[in-house]
Amino acid sequence: MAAPKKLPVWVNAGLIPLINLMAAFAISAVVILAVGENPIEAAGHILYGAFGFGEGIGYTLYYATNFIFTGLAVAMAFHCFLFNIGGEGQAYIGGLGIGLVCLYMGNLPFWAILPLAVMGGALFGGLWALIPAYLQAKRGSHIVITTIMFNFIASSVMTFLLVDWLKKPGSQLPETRHFAEAAFMPKVHEMLASVGLDVARSPLNLSFLIALLCCLGVWIFIWRTRWGYEIRASGKNPKAAVYGGISPSKAIILSMCISGALAGLVGLNELMGVQHRVVVNFTNGYGFVGIAIALMGRNHPLGIIFASLLMGALYQGGAELAFEMPTLTSDMIWTIQGFVILFTGALEHMFRPQLERIFIKSDSEGEVYE
Amino acid sequence: MTGPGAQAVSAAGGAIPPAVELIGLNKHFGPVHANRDVCISVPRGTVHGIVGENGAGKSTMMAMLYGFYKADSGRIRINGEDVHITSPSDAISRGIGMVHQHFMLVEPFTVLENVILGVEQGGMIQGSLNHARKELRRLGEEYGLEVDPDARIRDLPVGLQQRVEILKALYRGAETLILDEPTGVLTPQEADHLFRILDTLRSQGKTVILITHKLREIMAVTDNVSVMRRGTMVAHRPTAETSKEELAELMVGRKVLLRVEKGEAKPGECVVSLENVSYTDDMGRERLKDINLSICTGEILGIAGVSGNGQSELLEVLSGISPISRGRIMFKGEEIAAPGKQSNPQELRRAGIAHVAEDRHRMGMIMDFTAAENTILGYHRGKEINGPVLMDLKKVEGRCMEHMEKFDVRPPIPGLAASGFSGGNQQKIVLAREMEENPDLLLVGQPTRGVDIGAIEFIHKQLITMRDAGKAVLLVSVELDEIMSLADRILVMFDGRIIGEVAAKDATEQALGLMMAGCENPAAGKQECGGDE
Repeated sequence: MAAPKKLPVWVNAGLIPLINLMAAFAISAVVILAVGENPIEAAGHILYGAFGFGEGIGYTLYYATNFIFTGLAVAMAFHCFLFNIGGEGQAYIGGLGIGLVCLYMGNLPFWAILPLAVMGGALFGGLWALIPAYLQAKRGSHIVITTIMFNFIASSVMTFLLVDWLKKPGSQLPETRHFAEAAFMPKVHEMLASVGLDVARSPLNLSFLIALLCCLGVWIFIWRTRWGYEIRASGKNPKAAVYGGISPSKAIILSMCISGALAGLVGLNELMGVQHRVVVNFTNGYGFVGIAIALMGRNHPLGIIFASLLMGALYQGGAELAFEMPTLTSDMIWTIQGFVILFTGALEHMFRPQLERIFIKSDSEGEVYE
Repeated sequence: MTGPGAQAVSAAGGAIPPAVELIGLNKHFGPVHANRDVCISVPRGTVHGIVGENGAGKSTMMAMLYGFYKADSGRIRINGEDVHITSPSDAISRGIGMVHQHFMLVEPFTVLENVILGVEQGGMIQGSLNHARKELRRLGEEYGLEVDPDARIRDLPVGLQQRVEILKALYRGAETLILDEPTGVLTPQEADHLFRILDTLRSQGKTVILITHKLREIMAVTDNVSVMRRGTMVAHRPTAETSKEELAELMVGRKVLLRVEKGEAKPGECVVSLENVSYTDDMGRERLKDINLSICTGEILGIAGVSGNGQSELLEVLSGISPISRGRIMFKGEEIAAPGKQSNPQELRRAGIAHVAEDRHRMGMIMDFTAAENTILGYHRGKEINGPVLMDLKKVEGRCMEHMEKFDVRPPIPGLAASGFSGGNQQKIVLAREMEENPDLLLVGQPTRGVDIGAIEFIHKQLITMRDAGKAVLLVSVELDEIMSLADRILVMFDGRIIGEVAAKDATEQALGLMMAGCENPAAGKQECGGDE
């Protein structure tokens, strides 16, 4: 029998992702060369755009905030071995919850609106995920199919609501009126300015902090509580879970609701932080990118933070690149992002056999397993 | 092919070179040296047994011979010729066939379709089918391997499925057959039948390599036996010149008690009773039919039977995993199950019913979880290890460490994934979990499946200790030896029913075997049996 192969932690968690990333950039460089541009120069623009100046960093972190929420959502469901493809729809409907709080409770002070908005987003996103979860748990309808369909339903419902119910009176645009100022998420540069620190203006806001708190919360929940234990047990081996008196149906429903709730918080960043109203399609694909984020981050909150920063940097640096080198259109940026996802997520084990040969051979002599 | 006369005369003086020779084979898996300088020589026309504990390297060796793995170094010789076998199809073309422990058959296909699978000729299948039908008839007559070629595999009993596997190998021209733990799923009678088939094969000049951990079978059927321990060959013996005791000692490296030492049982009052219990599964098949039984404190009740005759379901209804459709189950004077009423396994554990699942890979453990996490499966909501929100992982680890010390689990690392332990140590982790919570009723399924001999001894002792401490133990096992040496009373299950009860001291393998095959009253003679054949 093949014994489990063990690589040092730093190789597993550090070197392998790094090599994968390098491979992705190498292929991207070839593509950039093929369209007649200099890949080194392009890389410079991306790096500078993402991290080179205060505003760029702010934007990188602002994008990362969305990815953390949706990445956590996908990871949460995955610990119960469920592919939640519905992050997009859950984020969209979650945004409705946040929007309703901000629109109709705008007369409250911010410290009261914030928890209500968090609850609203989590509740709406969670309930939207509850329906596919229930169908999976009780009826065996495959969660991948149902969550995909629920994305379309969410999109239609939101368009309907924005056009027929929530639209600002007298406007042609499918969007609500602006929130009251009390419902604006404080921007980081404003908060820092109030304590005398001067940083560049950017959309980065308080919800980045909330996203980091969610990472901590998810980590504790999954690995430090009995509920997380039950969810992981159901995900790893449903038969063993039943044997241990755990109900896989309940685990499915619980993990999907939390998953949907996390996705539902995207609106904190996008709506309360930036748009200050509910607009059509504000989720902009972040829910789908969350799948790639979770894949890259190995479903671990810490990995998700790094993956989100990477993807945020590519979004922001990519915008800079498209601006500086017009031949590299946004399609080209998406191509690079695609390579990164492909190599760090889908092909994560590609270089593993070679590394195992290098790292395991060197210390294998003369040792026999018990 | 060169004729026999052209073959070189081997050094030993025989004119016929060995059917299979492995010389100095080595195989590493990462840090594990799975096979170390393994040598074996299997003379043509013999049945050669290979014994060894789990993880001794038997399967690795055979996998190299069959082309699943490539050896790091060493030579393989077939009929005196050096060969490089790089894939199973390579092995097959050199006349080596393998019957796996888990059959490689397509269940909805017929026997014929399975036999030609992978060796069809031409674009249309009818020609191959016709050819195979003729060939199967010939093989059946020659080796006593008759099977209905048009029967679907899923309708055949396991004994016949195995026969199809053997036919498949012969159809592909196998001269040497490797059988990996072939009797695990058979009744003693079916196993005897298999041995008769092996006899016929031998007399027709075929070579058989039999991998097993059952010493009884080695003694019964082989000509020669090789013993492996920790990746090396430790002995080769002609079977006639060795004994079970010697083989066991060679396998383990020390003296082993093959019999369990135990005193008289002192049964007390009844702890649990099943009254007319039936269970129908999700597919609508009645798996348990009108079961009546009770277990008392201080006794081990053994359930014998060929696997798949309702023993698993019995454990599942008792432990709260499956609901019952008729009757009721009483535990310590309380009704714990009735139609429409099912207790949660966690509640039952709290009430005192512990359950060691039959299959630790699929049910008893979560292989990706650490040993510590597995230590609390089913007890994970216990107040001792939980705060209002957070679980006290220190305490969980402490409990695991305690279990590991008490049950001698090696290596004693709570943070190691369950899959990193050997079968015996995994089983000890499960047993410790279920026994250390001081249950009143212990349900045990296949306690020593895939467990090495040293650990078997330990586990048997633990079960006897439980009994002597006044606990009720229900033991389900397909190993008749185990049932006969541990149990105080034996019930035999067949087709979801309890077909008979015997006191352990009066039980004979023959009588139990007949009941396992469906004879209600073995004394009345064979003709009343509802056999499969």
